[in-house]
Amino acid sequence: MRIALFVTCLNDALFPQAGIATVTVLERLGHTVAFPAAQSCCGQMHANTGYAAPARQLERLTEDAFAGQDAIVSPSGSCVAHLRAHTALPVYELSELLVDVLGVTDVGATFPHRVTYHPTCHGLRMLRLGDRPTALLRAVRGLDLVDLPEPEQCCGFGGTFALKNAAVSGAMLADKCASAASTGAEYLAAADNSCLAHIGGGLARHPGAPKPIHYAEILAATGGIRE
Amino acid sequence: MSRQLPIVAITPFPQAAAHELADTQLRANLGRATRTIRDKRARVVAEVADWEPMRDRAAAVKDEVLDNLDELLARFEAAAVAAGATVHHAADAARANAIVTELVQEQQADHVVKIKSMATQEIGLNEALEAAGITPIETDLAELIVQLADDTPSHILVPAIHYNRSQIRELFARRMPGFTATSDEPAVLAGAAREYLRRTFLAAKVAVCGANFAIAETGSLVIVESEGNGRMCLTLPETLIAVVGVEKLLPRFADLGDFLRLLPRSSTGERMNPYTSIFTGVTAGDGPQRLHIVLLDNGRTQVAQDPAGRAALRCIRCSACLNVCPVYERAGGHAYGSVYPGPIGAILSPQLTGQDAGFNKTLPFASTLCGACYDVCPVKINIPEILVHLRQTGPKPAAERAAMSTLSWVMRDRRRWRAALRAARSGSAPLRLIARRHGGTLRRAPWPLSAWTAHRDAPLPAAESFRDWWRRTHEQS
Repeated sequence: MRIALFVTCLNDALFPQAGIATVTVLERLGHTVAFPAAQSCCGQMHANTGYAAPARQLERLTEDAFAGQDAIVSPSGSCVAHLRAHTALPVYELSELLVDVLGVTDVGATFPHRVTYHPTCHGLRMLRLGDRPTALLRAVRGLDLVDLPEPEQCCGFGGTFALKNAAVSGAMLADKCASAASTGAEYLAAADNSCLAHIGGGLARHPGAPKPIHYAEILAATGGIRE
Repeated sequence: MSRQLPIVAITPFPQAAAHELADTQLRANLGRATRTIRDKRARVVAEVADWEPMRDRAAAVKDEVLDNLDELLARFEAAAVAAGATVHHAADAARANAIVTELVQEQQADHVVKIKSMATQEIGLNEALEAAGITPIETDLAELIVQLADDTPSHILVPAIHYNRSQIRELFARRMPGFTATSDEPAVLAGAAREYLRRTFLAAKVAVCGANFAIAETGSLVIVESEGNGRMCLTLPETLIAVVGVEKLLPRFADLGDFLRLLPRSSTGERMNPYTSIFTGVTAGDGPQRLHIVLLDNGRTQVAQDPAGRAALRCIRCSACLNVCPVYERAGGHAYGSVYPGPIGAILSPQLTGQDAGFNKTLPFASTLCGACYDVCPVKINIPEILVHLRQTGPKPAAERAAMSTLSWVMRDRRRWRAALRAARSGSAPLRLIARRHGGTLRRAPWPLSAWTAHRDAPLPAAESFRDWWRRTHEQS
């Protein structure tokens, strides 16, 4: 199957590993990945910060960049939720594509580590990803999946909320980091690098806390060593 | 009256929230209380097989009310008047307060007993009555505590959530006439309040209430409560004055069933509330002989005109959204600067007053848009969507506006975007050397990014962007 990748602006600039991992997994499963170069941002940040006009321009740009594609995949729950609400593009979060469209849960990965999974607000309540990501993770060889306490709690990122309401955001983050640290996991996985940048930024200040990782990177791993 | 309405924030939310966060006792109380109520709610909601269709029906009924507000108000008034009630119309808070004050003065009463009511809090009725020399006495236990403390409620349902029992005993000793108890056992404190309130109920000539629902078909008012103080207020005094927001209407008596199932489960996490009072007009020789209903607008018909925001008027004040909100849980109710706190307050207060009032424009930003509120709302108000709508229509800082336009201009062109990615990468190269010590993230950054690094490390641009990797690995072979 030919699948177009919407990598998202954040991953393009800061976390290319999530995009690379998505390509790696899909190519390993025998699919062809396209990367329309005219893409940049879905407009989510503009819309949610209160700027409807630039958001609409970016939504339109994304529609144009992906015109005619049958299936679009993105390793970002919040961007998928935004595009689904504001465009008619056939866009899937990676776990939706793998489980629902391609019918795969075992993607042939090996990752011998203890991992906990944070479902993220958009994955949980907007996309209703349910157990798709954890079903994929459970099929990974060597992976020990441990429950995160109060997984449904927001990490406090919320885009510009983290800057505009830094104190409340910091308090929410502290609680999420404590939950993550209590699991004893080596990695905290999630489907959204914006949340992971936030949680990871907090975990970086807790010695011994889990390291943040996009779950696509786990699905791409075959040797299990990531440094 | 120059006093600000109790739905206008006088401090920006971020500042007020930071102040409240410093109170670790409050944070612990709130965390415990909201967790308990939300777990209880989740349990009793899970028992109801048709919960989702019931939410859909309730939302549709409320939308029907908003679509036909004038017609249904006329029908309600006609039915209520036919049953012996007197109906008044108040366009705003000042008018409503004036009407109630005059009605109390007509009865030559120097005090009134009150049933907990959000509408009377919204208009600042207690303060208006006090200014006219009339003493309002709150009869809901938690509201009474807050009133005796000269404080404001911090939660719609649990107004005194920020007090512990020794504080309450001390307060009663200082402010409650006839209080002699020395223990701070909850049963002792409640018993003392009961004694005091019984004397008060028996002496009162006038009671003031709100309403949970107003039935257009029959002219009935419905009040849902837990303590029985409401039943006392509704039956003992000769005169009853109800202040009712116009959006409280339900078209038909038969619509009430769904709402009486939705409200207690969403609100207190109970299958049924202890007391439900439904009353229509006056009955000779039984209960109050004068019933005045003050229909309150106070911005509501204005909100009903906005198709993107009007769903906020479906709200039945259950407070389920407060109990699941991670921002409310940390910041507490006072941070919202309004009698309507939490997610519903963040949309309702700025809509009722307009975003220019005080710092109400900061309220739509008091959310991460996590969506927990929408999930639990019994009338399916899409609070995150309305928050975004208010952000988009409200005033914004010029510097932010400029930054957002520039960013979108860069992102709209692939050459500009690629150039920006490369510039960010080379510009941040020296920072990467520093960041290596912390595993690749940045610990300190200058303003405005210092707001980020105050609480967490910042990520740096990658050494190679995704599109450069793609070009290198997929386009050059």
